[in-house]
Amino acid sequence: MDFSLSCPIPKSEYEKVLLAHGGGGTLSHQLINKIFISQFGNDYLNVQHDGAIIEFEGVKFAFTTDSYVVQPIFFPGGNIGELAINGTVNDISVCGAKPLFISVGFIIEEGLDLDELWKIVLSMKEASEKAKVKIVTGDTKVVEKGKGDKIFINTTGIGLVYDGINISPENAEVGDVIIINGRIAEHGIAIMSEREGLKFETKLVSDTAPLNGLIESVIEVSKKITVMRDPTRGGLASALNEIALKSNVKIEVYEKEIPIADEVIGACEILGLDPLYIANEGKVLIFVDESDAEKVLDAMRNHPLGRESKIIGKVIEKGKPLVTLKTLIGSTRIVDMISGEQLPRIC
Amino acid sequence: MKYLKEFRDYNLAQSIVREINQSVTKPWTIMEICGGQTHTILKYNIDDLLPAKITLIHGPGCPVCVTPLEMIEKALLIASKENVIFTSFGDMLRVPGVKHDLLTIKANGGDVRMVYSPLDAVHIAEKNKNKMVVFFGVGFETTAPANAMAILTASKKNLKNFSMLCAHVLVPPAVEALLSGFNSSINGFLAAGHVCTVMGYEEYIPIAEKYSVPIVVTGFEPIDILYGLLSCVQLLEKNKFVVENRYLRSVRKEGNLKAKEVINEVFEVTDRKWRGIGLIPLSGLKIRDKYGDLDAEKIFELDEKIVEESELCIAGQILQGQKIPPQCVAFGKECTPEHPLGAPMVSSEGACAAYFHYKKLRMEN
Repeated sequence: MDFSLSCPIPKSEYEKVLLAHGGGGTLSHQLINKIFISQFGNDYLNVQHDGAIIEFEGVKFAFTTDSYVVQPIFFPGGNIGELAINGTVNDISVCGAKPLFISVGFIIEEGLDLDELWKIVLSMKEASEKAKVKIVTGDTKVVEKGKGDKIFINTTGIGLVYDGINISPENAEVGDVIIINGRIAEHGIAIMSEREGLKFETKLVSDTAPLNGLIESVIEVSKKITVMRDPTRGGLASALNEIALKSNVKIEVYEKEIPIADEVIGACEILGLDPLYIANEGKVLIFVDESDAEKVLDAMRNHPLGRESKIIGKVIEKGKPLVTLKTLIGSTRIVDMISGEQLPRIC
Repeated sequence: MKYLKEFRDYNLAQSIVREINQSVTKPWTIMEICGGQTHTILKYNIDDLLPAKITLIHGPGCPVCVTPLEMIEKALLIASKENVIFTSFGDMLRVPGVKHDLLTIKANGGDVRMVYSPLDAVHIAEKNKNKMVVFFGVGFETTAPANAMAILTASKKNLKNFSMLCAHVLVPPAVEALLSGFNSSINGFLAAGHVCTVMGYEEYIPIAEKYSVPIVVTGFEPIDILYGLLSCVQLLEKNKFVVENRYLRSVRKEGNLKAKEVINEVFEVTDRKWRGIGLIPLSGLKIRDKYGDLDAEKIFELDEKIVEESELCIAGQILQGQKIPPQCVAFGKECTPEHPLGAPMVSSEGACAAYFHYKKLRMEN
């Protein structure tokens, strides 16, 4: 058989994979669509939700996988282990499903301190108990020193979709309001400041948390939720752009309503970064019909992970995928999808 | 947050806009020099708040954008070498050379590292004595003091494995070059607040007089920009061709004397080619001979290559404010942030990238 397939990404553009291909922006999208979806595509995969929603013999379940390669493996507010559990719990939850079972695959670099591995495992145990999921299968590989970066973890999760719920990035409707459960960009800034050795007056910590409890309480009060998304890699801006594209709608967000800590604003100013593009780990965007907005907000604010929930925008038009921002000074501008990794400015 | 929120205030912004509206009677074209200001203007869509009589055009103040292609090629050559750790500010990594950028060199196995400060590069050199650590010293007068400090620190520590590829540029000669060009349509300037924080603004006084343009030293927050524009319009309406300081919380007339002293110790003024514009006499800084053993151009003995720019790219006209990015045929088509033909599409301070991110409708897939 001839395997010399022609590469759909012209070789003149990129002969090698760049870091930006994994950055969650336009290059990631090109890689996913032109290389993966073009070959693996099917009705489930093409939706490009955080997980696939599959109906099998009358049972509707959500199925997702994610790999965790964060560096440093221990960071303010968490470590790679609990991130791997929470991330997959959240990906299942935003499909409108109750996460139940998780698999864990470890790729460990020769030389990792057993003590560190033990700490990671303990925090995974704690995170899975907190999220009420069971780790039911796993795998371990050890690679030569220099062939990995301490430890990589893959988790796959499965959960049951709640009755009467139909959540998909394709479902946003005109009249939906957009709610977020708290302050943005804290995970990314916590990791970046640890990685780059930057010190701020107050310690910023990652917001990593399992969102299934919060999401369950929201689903209990409203059947009019259309979209849920955890704005992780690529941040709030990328998540909103993906939804605008998939639902073919125009979204407007209000800069003054977006919750953000002063420390994060300060760090972003110093580093030349836009907080809208910085990763979150314990945040969820909920699109819900305006008529149910108050109910959903109340339910969220009654949950420890949703105290600072706010409406940050709404879906205003059908027909043209676009995200705009009403700025603090009263003008309106476009919020684009990030094109690669954000590079700090030089002056 | 102090010094941020009050400079992004809705009511204040609206009241300055009202005052601009009341002040303006004639059409004026105002250029902001600095890419950081271009970015703020586009990010807050300040254009949309202004009366139609005011046209904003964007200047050459993006150091990444004006670093000549020949210098990028030199950087790529050095970064590809064995036993070199090539360090740079983040912006430079994606700037296209003839074929590649520094990120491609990295993907191909080169040791290319992003640093936040040139002193971090010195630190890397101390920790990696068996490698030559090269720092790409680009920027205007703003980054010059820190880059000079890196040279001084490496020299004091007698580091034999640190060097700098220096491509520094200076703002006032570029302003003069723009004003003395044919058909200059620029009526007034917003001068770059951070450059003036270091250098002061005395250099601009003769330029304002000679070319009959008001120059307003301006900061980087939306309120700063609006204040700068208001001052500039009021000076234009009164035919007053002077320099005004509207970045009082940072800029003094004489600048930062200590920083100027450090720059002067390490660098000397030289002719410099600007990407897209050409050679501007006495518009750059080079490392003085006494620090020649820290000058990467001397250490690596690189040939001066003649290289051609993409024919489609009109970066030169963009950087001189003769055209705005959407007037380029390649804008958003052949040239995007993922596949930039010219540097203004790369840097967060580049006019093309700013237009692309904040003003262009983009259809994915």
